[in-house]
Amino acid sequence: MEKDMLEHGFSWNRRRFLSALSLGVGSVALGSLLMPDLFKNGSMADDDLVPGIPHFAPKAKRVIYLFQNGAPSQQELFDYKPKLREMRGIEIPDSVRGNQRLTGMTAHQASFPLVGSFVDFKQYGQSRAWVSDLMPYTAKIVDDLCFIKSMYTEAINHDPALTFLQTGAQVGNRPSMGAWLSYGLGNENKNLPNFTVLLSRGVGNGQGVYSKLWSNGFLDSVHQGVQFSKGEDPVLYLRDPEGMSRKERREMLDKLAELNHLSYQEMGDPEIAAKVQQYEMAYRMQTAVPDVMDLSKEPDDIVKLYGPDCLVPGTYAANCLLARKLSENGVRFVQLYHQGWDQHGNLPYEIEQQAKDTDQASAALVTDLKQRGLLDETLVIWGGEFGRTSYTQGRLTADNYGRDHHPRCFTIWMAGGGIKPGVVYGETDEFGYNIASNPVHVHDFQATVLHQLGLDHEKLIYKHLGRRYRLTDVSGTVVKDIIA
Amino acid sequence: MKRYIKLIGVTAFVGLMLYVTEACNNTAATYQGGKLPQTVSYNFDIRPILSDKCFACHGPDENKREGGLRLDTEEAAYAALKENPNAFPVVPGKPEASHVFLRITTADSSLLMPPPASHLKLSPYEIQLIEKWIRQGARYEKHWAFIPPVKTEVPEVKDQDWPQNEIDYFILQKMEDNNLSPNKEADKERLLKRLSLDLLGLPPTIEMMDEFLADDSPDAYEKMVDRLLQLPAYGEKMALHWLDLARYADSHGYQDDGYRTQWPWRDWVIHAFNTNMPYDTFVTWQLAGDLLPEPTKEHLLATGFNRNHKITEEGGVIPEEYRFMYVADRTDLLGKGLLGITMECAQCHDHKYDPFSQKEYYQLYAFFNNIKEVGIESVIGGPETYAKKPLMEISNEDVQSILRFINKPDTNNLIVSIMGEPDTVRKTHVLIRGNYETFGEEVAPGTPASILPFDSSKYTPNRLGLAGWLFDKSNPLTSRVYTNILWQEFFGRGIVKTAGDFGMQGELPSHPALLDWLAADFMEHDWDIKRFVKQMVMTATYRQSAIVTKEKLATDPENIYLARGPRYRIHAEFIRDVVLASSGLLNTSIGGPSVKPYQPEGLWEGATSGRGLLSIYVQDHGEKLYRRGMYTLIKRTVPPPTMGIFDASNRDICEVTRLKTNTPLQALVMMNDPTVLEAARVLAASLLKEDSDQEEKIAKAFRRIVARKPTAKEVTILKDYYTSQLLSIDEQSAAKMLEVGEYPIDSSIEKKKLAAFMRVVATIYNMEETITKT
Repeated sequence: MEKDMLEHGFSWNRRRFLSALSLGVGSVALGSLLMPDLFKNGSMADDDLVPGIPHFAPKAKRVIYLFQNGAPSQQELFDYKPKLREMRGIEIPDSVRGNQRLTGMTAHQASFPLVGSFVDFKQYGQSRAWVSDLMPYTAKIVDDLCFIKSMYTEAINHDPALTFLQTGAQVGNRPSMGAWLSYGLGNENKNLPNFTVLLSRGVGNGQGVYSKLWSNGFLDSVHQGVQFSKGEDPVLYLRDPEGMSRKERREMLDKLAELNHLSYQEMGDPEIAAKVQQYEMAYRMQTAVPDVMDLSKEPDDIVKLYGPDCLVPGTYAANCLLARKLSENGVRFVQLYHQGWDQHGNLPYEIEQQAKDTDQASAALVTDLKQRGLLDETLVIWGGEFGRTSYTQGRLTADNYGRDHHPRCFTIWMAGGGIKPGVVYGETDEFGYNIASNPVHVHDFQATVLHQLGLDHEKLIYKHLGRRYRLTDVSGTVVKDIIA
Repeated sequence: MKRYIKLIGVTAFVGLMLYVTEACNNTAATYQGGKLPQTVSYNFDIRPILSDKCFACHGPDENKREGGLRLDTEEAAYAALKENPNAFPVVPGKPEASHVFLRITTADSSLLMPPPASHLKLSPYEIQLIEKWIRQGARYEKHWAFIPPVKTEVPEVKDQDWPQNEIDYFILQKMEDNNLSPNKEADKERLLKRLSLDLLGLPPTIEMMDEFLADDSPDAYEKMVDRLLQLPAYGEKMALHWLDLARYADSHGYQDDGYRTQWPWRDWVIHAFNTNMPYDTFVTWQLAGDLLPEPTKEHLLATGFNRNHKITEEGGVIPEEYRFMYVADRTDLLGKGLLGITMECAQCHDHKYDPFSQKEYYQLYAFFNNIKEVGIESVIGGPETYAKKPLMEISNEDVQSILRFINKPDTNNLIVSIMGEPDTVRKTHVLIRGNYETFGEEVAPGTPASILPFDSSKYTPNRLGLAGWLFDKSNPLTSRVYTNILWQEFFGRGIVKTAGDFGMQGELPSHPALLDWLAADFMEHDWDIKRFVKQMVMTATYRQSAIVTKEKLATDPENIYLARGPRYRIHAEFIRDVVLASSGLLNTSIGGPSVKPYQPEGLWEGATSGRGLLSIYVQDHGEKLYRRGMYTLIKRTVPPPTMGIFDASNRDICEVTRLKTNTPLQALVMMNDPTVLEAARVLAASLLKEDSDQEEKIAKAFRRIVARKPTAKEVTILKDYYTSQLLSIDEQSAAKMLEVGEYPIDSSIEKKKLAAFMRVVATIYNMEETITKT
């Protein structure tokens, strides 16, 4: 018979199916028995990789990426530059600026006066890391964090820079980091999407987020990020219609799987099998998502830790708490985006608000994971898509200024997941404009993240229509110095 | 240990794993399975290898070049090596003297190229190709897409009986080369469903199915094709891909995202497809209708095409910055949508891969720079802001005369943004680093020379001249790009898979000779779209059954060689259409203002500044709830959720290829969207009132939704389901279940019975086949 291969797969399943029936397992997920999940990973990539299995022993199992969308100013948060205050209003020396290309927003400026942080910095913890007064909670946990002050990127505008950090390329429909990890490591929890996305927005000048940032690109769509939103239906259309019980939904899906199975037998199209899987996943999500989204049972000490906002759905704090719960439940990659960090103008006011919205909950997340013994296996990342200029954008007044996009250096932090705690890695020059030591390119950063999850970034390859793709494109070196 | 366990788990499927693994090693260059081509082509055989495995270090990028060697140009590859003046990378005719060949074949791993550390490796086949190419003279070629298409002879095939028209010869020849043979013709029911979805975006009606099944005449299929091509729904179906390309939407985009009334332009597009306007006219009017001698209101309306882009209403922006973005958006659309090139890369610098200079970008930009528009005309407001100058007013008299195709429901003032030029020509400069305020050299309107130089003796240097240039018979791209887009609509995958990128980084065509033949043929027949559509659906290729055997799945998982019929999940809008049409709810009126059907609460409200008509979602009622998917209002910052979940374009920028994902969220939509549930209820009610037994009712529901008769097994499954639901459902749950949607509930039918049958119908809606072109 022409479809004997598929038949072979099915006869195996049919046996299981029959035995399940004979055992009287009435509510067993029939669809998952009928359809093998061997199609899930699409084509096999490389000799070195069996999808779903790491290359070597991982330090981290999961990632929570607190993406600060819009690019927070390093000068006001973590990269302390007293020189900028001293030189306030003085033109940035040409020797420092070099030939840096400028965005459309400042390229027309006649003058580029330096401006220091309006807020003071202090040193904290054993690591003596500098943190500004805008981040009091983060200041308390510096010994759990690894600051990288020497991140740099190639893009100078939000869309390409975001896309670069998430997918390793500025343009093109490539898989996002979360999709790569889902592909490379498989699923720990069959009831929740492996890659989930949570959005929040601060009061600062915002830049949009686009669904392509959590795209599966050319990988199978099971690796696509799923957005969870606030409200009664955290995932759209999650709730069954009124009057339909869970048992009845199960019956419906079992009948549906039987019908789809017939069609699969006839047509042989793996998409049919994939469709059945998606229904099964949807069914499991219907229970698992409300469970995990329910913050009403969180004890007082947790609410206190994350701050009262954590009970307001859709806030950054609520999303941090949710991120912990999703991660704890095995979601491989939880991606938060917090909008509002694009301080081209009115920086002092806006950044203070942004910091207030995020500082406590970010720190709480690290502390919470640590107290649950999960920090070792969870890599937490905080950072934006690029940095901001040392000089002001727009008018410099006594109490106001702005900063434009700056690709040459920015600060991020990582915690847990086998990253050295209490470390400050890399330095910028006294102008906070150029990197003085240990530059970390976006691809280096990505290579390091993959490494912590047990994946060799040069071997996590997907060959798509004749070209080999990697998250790190064609470069990237693991930053060994920050690995515990 | 973990790995070991997993491997055991999949032992049963090792065979499958093997063929999947093998399938992904089949690059364009190695697909021939070891048989070297008679003549090795630089474009098709060699450049992909060099580009993939060599150019990263030996290509156009000066900053990344190793050893001073570049292999992407003939001059450099033939020239002496910098390090060794007596050695040459490529010596035409002499692989043994070519250092490239020596280095890729050496046994010394310290010399071997690509270096082992790169994890790149040339396969023996690739090495043989390179050797043969050098032996044959190592000829470099101009990029294939920039050479005008030539209509070659239809190729010879072994199986002379199969082809229906010329297209089939090209397809069959490739199949035979790859030891594939075509599937049988699809059964009539499935064929009709495929055709109906492709030509109308709707499932066939029962009457159509009966008639087609009963018609045994040899030209039954062709008669059906001709009939469907004449239906007004054809224009709606065809318009959809153009709305994506033209980034049509009902809001201005950007911050406040206010309402706009650009829909009369959309009505014109439907009308143009229905009247089978030739592609050259269709595009010329849209690009330059205002520049035609004595333009009519219809000509002006067509130019709305170039005003569909996002327009800011955010106070405080720098107007010139946004005006620049509008002009750039039009330039990029011309590139991606009409020419299939990624022109936007040259906005800031010379293109990295394709032979387009930054200057050429701004020459193209110059065509769109001379518009009587400003960056910001008004902040969000009332009806006067629904279009931006230049604009046209559409009066009720217009709608009764020249613009009869516009579905204007009321006598309100109606304005549409269109194109129009000022009296004095605005100068265009190269913008250094793509910055709207750093002017470089002044440029005149022009086109990329590598495509086709702009002959100013032939064409005036304005948009009308640009349209002339686009449709010049020696333009290598216009026809190829559009025939490829339509091919993609019907076969699911373009002959060039990257429909928006025919450049160096784009995919190579799977059937280059066919693409050229189609492009040339399309031009020869005066850009006749209906003719081309018919040509495609009449092929034996198109009519094949979509059954995939394990062998075909192994050798050609993506169906590149088309040895089986296309089988794809249909577009988001058509899913809605299938649901509404099969239930009998569909409102078939064409055009008019976009509508707001059911949508989960809070989506707009959660993302709004609180200003403007679109800050709150005020759902429509009555007939407006049942319009086709393409009429659902698109607010750019919060597009209709079910559309996005099924991969519809968000209409932000020009889009020529939609993804076809398969996700749990889609399952949730089909399970729980009130649109689907209401349709299930309404169809169930109407069938329950018919005088027929339950099996007949099930069969009829199945036919209306899946567009074929169910098998006995299928009926049994569904009947068992009905019986079980009838037993398990109680009065109260039944009543709740029925309370979905605004269509009146038929109170004459027993609630339990209706709810139970509604579940059956909803289950049919959820079948994979329902929303699949199969």
